[in-house]
Amino acid sequence: MKKSTVIVLLVLVVVISVFPLVSLGVIGSDAEFGGADGMAEGVIAEIAPDYQPWFASIYEPASGEIESLLFALQAALGAGLIGYYLGSRGGRRSEKST
Amino acid sequence: MNLFFVSAMHIMEGFLSPFWSLLWAAVSIPFVAWGLYGISGRIRNNPRLLMLLVISGAYTFVLSALKIPSVTGSCSHPTGTGLAAVLFGPGAAAVVGLVVLLFQALLLAHGGLTTLGANTFSMAIAGPFVAYGLFRLISRKNTGKRMLIAVFIAASFGDLITYVVTSLQLALAYPAANGGILASFSRFGAIFALTQVPIAIIEGILTVILFNYIYAYNKNELAELSVIDSVVVSEV
Repeated sequence: MKKSTVIVLLVLVVVISVFPLVSLGVIGSDAEFGGADGMAEGVIAEIAPDYQPWFASIYEPASGEIESLLFALQAALGAGLIGYYLGSRGGRRSEKST
Repeated sequence: MNLFFVSAMHIMEGFLSPFWSLLWAAVSIPFVAWGLYGISGRIRNNPRLLMLLVISGAYTFVLSALKIPSVTGSCSHPTGTGLAAVLFGPGAAAVVGLVVLLFQALLLAHGGLTTLGANTFSMAIAGPFVAYGLFRLISRKNTGKRMLIAVFIAASFGDLITYVVTSLQLALAYPAANGGILASFSRFGAIFALTQVPIAIIEGILTVILFNYIYAYNKNELAELSVIDSVVVSEV
């Protein structure tokens, strides 16, 4: 795969993920972009209105900010490792070719 | 939104009755054990494979942290387990997925411990099995375009199937008074599976990009995992 193909594919990823925000905004939808599971919870409440969750999370992030911190940490850990892999392998390769 | 609302796409903590929690845990445990046994043997034979396993795990970490907006006006995230399935098979993906789900359940109140079995089954077992099967079926150890298309289809469908299974698990636990399991399934499916369509495409594309680099840098390891033919390697 050529480098240009990779770039085109990455742009495509951005377009697909931005499209819902823009298109739903244009038609004036009041979509809130909450979690799909929040919507599922609504359905559960409808089907089984008496259901009470019988177990609560042991630890909950103190706020939305802390939660996004932990999510960012999760992504950074993974991305860091992948970056290391790509960098070291790619570097080894270009060393060989020179 | 109640106390238990977290922006998660897995089944929320406490939302499966003890019966279903235990059932899905019992179903998932053998797969995870099988996966652990399989990957530990492989890595003992060839420690160089450890790097690829770590990358598969890292990839699952990144992707399951990315909550992406979808056409249904809600957000969901990819699974990332397709890569591990394509490289190492569904058993390894079960282990990798479980680690990520555990991290999210313990630290992020995302998913949950009681629903860990059900979520492991959908994201780390059912999805990866479909991904692995599709990849092997389409790629048939070919390289080039056919291999990349196989990766795309495998990762996308593995992602989509995960949420179809999630919908089914919720439908089984919450059959509608009118229409039963099927009616519930179509309601949950409309939320989870539909939201997931564009996100599955994104997962397919990202997996192809990373796989392409792994193919470029680790041909020997891919041959060892019989993802590609060893003949190709000797030519390179």
